[in-house]
Amino acid sequence: MSLPPRRTLPLFGIGEDPGPSFAGLLAATSPAGGAPATGQAEIPGVSHATTTVALRHCDGVLMAGDRRATAGNLISHRSIEKVFPAGRYAGVAIAGAAGPSMEMVRLFQLQLEHYEKVEGQPLSLDGQANQLSQMVRANLTSALQGLVVVPLFAGWDQRRRRGRLFQYDVTGGRYEEQDYAAAGSGSLHAGTVVKLGFRPDLEPTEAADLAISALFQAADEDAATGGPDLVRGIFPVVVNIDSDGYRRLEDSHIEERFRSLLASLEVAADAPDAGRSAGDAS
Amino acid sequence: MNMPFYVAPEQIMKDRADYARKGIARGKSLVALTYRDGILLCAENVSNTLRKISEIYDRIAFAGVGKYNEFDQLRIAGVRHADLKGYAYSRQDVDARSLANQYAQILGQIFTHEMKPMEVEILVAEIAGEPGSEQLFHILYDGTVNDESRCSVLGGEADAISERLANLYEPGLEVAPALRVAAAALAGPERSLGADDLEVAILDRTLGRRCFRRLEMAEIAELLPDALPTSADQPAAEAAE
Repeated sequence: MSLPPRRTLPLFGIGEDPGPSFAGLLAATSPAGGAPATGQAEIPGVSHATTTVALRHCDGVLMAGDRRATAGNLISHRSIEKVFPAGRYAGVAIAGAAGPSMEMVRLFQLQLEHYEKVEGQPLSLDGQANQLSQMVRANLTSALQGLVVVPLFAGWDQRRRRGRLFQYDVTGGRYEEQDYAAAGSGSLHAGTVVKLGFRPDLEPTEAADLAISALFQAADEDAATGGPDLVRGIFPVVVNIDSDGYRRLEDSHIEERFRSLLASLEVAADAPDAGRSAGDAS
Repeated sequence: MNMPFYVAPEQIMKDRADYARKGIARGKSLVALTYRDGILLCAENVSNTLRKISEIYDRIAFAGVGKYNEFDQLRIAGVRHADLKGYAYSRQDVDARSLANQYAQILGQIFTHEMKPMEVEILVAEIAGEPGSEQLFHILYDGTVNDESRCSVLGGEADAISERLANLYEPGLEVAPALRVAAAALAGPERSLGADDLEVAILDRTLGRRCFRRLEMAEIAELLPDALPTSADQPAAEAAE
């Protein structure tokens, strides 16, 4: 995307100083970046990452994302990750074109850390959400070529002492959600499952079970969403964010929760009136 | 036609060096020493907001003494250099040696070519995976780089403090005794420094990716138990006079 920056120490005159912005620093030190304008309507063969959900619980927020990336009708990756830390108290989950999404997350993480180091204090959660908004908006021309990036952003707000979550659209529109949000191709199904099971007083473990169930149902209905892969031992990424910060749940724990979900679904399917209750997740 | 007065180059350099040294000597000093888990940096600094010690990258810290605006400018340039390099290549390619060389170039350039040298002394500290691999690059106002492996002292009273530090220091200390050694070396025999006189940060290799951590005032007070009553006594002693 861009050439390596010059190797000398970046010192700026008062008028040209990019301040604490890493994107501004990049623009000031390297040739213009951004996706090449191909003039083509859609770039073929690009990997897409899919379903992510985020929901609030009594201690903070929880985020989850499946592990599948698809290119057209093929599965291009089985174990990519879509949920990443953003600073100590927030996480970002991505859905959309995998390449630009990963790059956006990398730049976003770097921007937060850069700001914190230059300014001597971390960016507020609102400031972080706004930064991400601007990065999504900057991607709009690429989005029109099919390289859509739609993140979810969630974190623990240290000033308000509660978990908050934000949803975005391709134009960089930022919408704070009170309870839950879902993005990606399976978001309709995942969002519905979370909606039906959501209570404001969910415990973190209950929220994790709800997110796991939501991803399972999304994978059941949407070909581009990956379910639990018991053969290869690949499970969705689930992270919990509370006043102690960002913490990824152990794979072994997620595997156990999936197995118990599957067991409960099997019991439901084996029941005498299975014909009626087979699709009932509860 | 008026000819400019001839001044010998030795004299110009000496005048500039004296000017820089005087500027640096006006400020308070700083000590960095290796301890069991990494590097401890301790500065005498009454301000709680204008920092002398800060984070540059995952395993690299920066410290400066002298004129605040000048070393802060260098600090920000260092953060930018490190973040750009890590973004263009990889996080593991960012190292203190290259950064120290960049600083030395800039300081040397300014010392010889500009009207006024920078009145700063800076330190670039880096820890690696295992004990004994710590690096302390001490860079002077004229771009001279010293590579020190155990302790480093910056500031006007560096000689006296180094001597005290050499007597007190031993390798492999825990964080609390290391801090006590640093505070005692900075303070000297006649006075004692409390938590509110000190700015302390550590590069701790057990912390994960970002090894830099600033110690809060309460934490410093806890690690420096005997210093606490002294700083609390001071207002009373002044009142008694």
